[in-house]
Amino acid sequence: MNKKVYVEVTAAFSPEGTVIPLTVKWQDGTVYEVDRVLDIRRAAALKVGGCGLRYTCRILGQQTYLFLDEDRWFVEAR
Amino acid sequence: MTLLKYVIGTIILPKISVVKKIVYKEYVYTYNFSIDKHHGLCYTQIEQMFFGGEGMDRQILHVDCNKFYASVECCLHPELRDKPVAVGGNEASRHGIVLTKNEIAAQYGLTTGEPLWSARQKCPQLVVVPPDFPTYIRFSGIVRRILQDYTDRVEPFGLDEAWLDLTGCAGDPVETAHAIRRRIRDELGITVSVGVSFNKSFAKLGSDYKKPDAVTVFSRENYKQLVWPLSADELIYVGRATKKKLAERYIFTIGDVANADVSMLRALLGKWGGMLHAMANGRDNQPVVPIGEESAVQSVSNGITTPRDLINDHEVKAVLYMLAESVGRRLREQHFVGRTIEIQLRDNALVMRSHRTTLDYYIRSTQDIAEEAFALFTRQYDRARPIRSVTVGVSALEPDTTPCQLDLLDSAARDKHEKLDRAVDALKARFGDGCVRRAIVMEEPELTGGSPYETHTIHPVGFSGKIDD
Repeated sequence: MNKKVYVEVTAAFSPEGTVIPLTVKWQDGTVYEVDRVLDIRRAAALKVGGCGLRYTCRILGQQTYLFLDEDRWFVEAR
Repeated sequence: MTLLKYVIGTIILPKISVVKKIVYKEYVYTYNFSIDKHHGLCYTQIEQMFFGGEGMDRQILHVDCNKFYASVECCLHPELRDKPVAVGGNEASRHGIVLTKNEIAAQYGLTTGEPLWSARQKCPQLVVVPPDFPTYIRFSGIVRRILQDYTDRVEPFGLDEAWLDLTGCAGDPVETAHAIRRRIRDELGITVSVGVSFNKSFAKLGSDYKKPDAVTVFSRENYKQLVWPLSADELIYVGRATKKKLAERYIFTIGDVANADVSMLRALLGKWGGMLHAMANGRDNQPVVPIGEESAVQSVSNGITTPRDLINDHEVKAVLYMLAESVGRRLREQHFVGRTIEIQLRDNALVMRSHRTTLDYYIRSTQDIAEEAFALFTRQYDRARPIRSVTVGVSALEPDTTPCQLDLLDSAARDKHEKLDRAVDALKARFGDGCVRRAIVMEEPELTGGSPYETHTIHPVGFSGKIDD
């Protein structure tokens, strides 16, 4: 069962208002760099519940969803 | 398209606006339309503007979020998804009824409005979740923003329903309905059902016809086969009382209403009779009113289910005063006066009655509202059973700058009450709602605890436009 974990994120705010996550701090304290954002859309987090702006990110070669729900970021942790 | 023959010239200015010249009877109309990305020129709108709605049909959608509160809870808490879930109020303060339930709970025969104890009897493993209105309001806002991507003519009805007028918008309305359904499902994880029709009441019936996650089309071609066999009480406005009256005349289905003699319906139901007849025949021309425009506040009301039943007039009066305090304050804040006073009483057998009276003058002071409401109560209530819940409302509102007829005797007293209210309102705004209270309210602290003014209330904007028949 996946669970919803709120994480610390550093992000870049463009002058146009776009927000792009740069790094994510995992629960264990490790900071991962976001290699690339592949897709941004509003979506429901079906596995862990809730919804928000879903960023499909590539982190260390793996594809991960990062959700921005109002002003908090969360991931679907395994 | 009857209109086209009247359009004699079209000049398209580069991407900004369109000037249309229309000849109708002996008049020539010139009209300027600006084009935006969603709806181009809308012939039906012009037609309605000039010819009173004859001609092309409107394209109305009604979007209904299925089991909204329960769906939101299940979306946020996926562990609840495969359990029977009901969203219910607090039982200790006697608000313990089922507000909504999910599909699984519905299979156990739970109904909305049912007490939680009886729901648990039907389904012992029921999970009861307390309502979280701020979250529902947030989800409702997201849904509304999605709808507004398709048209600006969106009329919300409560938190979980809305009408859209897609007349003149690009694309097929059925396709749009599916697009809306898919987007809400993917983006929010909740399902909606959509009704597509040529008027608001049929669109609403459509969203009820097949659910969840479905689209139903009632067109001029199929409504007689699909809508007419439905039970008459599916129509908006037909409640228990009207249904009974109709049944006495052997009118059971919407088709029966449509084929009934309109003068008989009028004699039976008053002006509603003609309206129902028009609605059942698909002649409902109520417009979709975008919120924030014409549908300003139509009434102000507050109600409460008291912690215990009210057993004498004094208790009722105390509760009426407490409610009137909030109603009056909200009226004064929004600069309204009103002259129709309504009370709704629900007795301990859960039978609901409402009584209303229209005065010759406008009021807005707490004392006037409370006294009128109490007078109405003494006149109307048969005192057969103790009372469980009370609501006080004021409607027929006008801005408080409306000139009004003074009278020699009572105007001075009303003026005095208003001055008192102004002073009390100012105190409350500064020191909180509990700083000044009426003695009568303090006599019954158990019943009148809490402030209806400070607690949040949600109710749909009235569906009260008039249908010409």
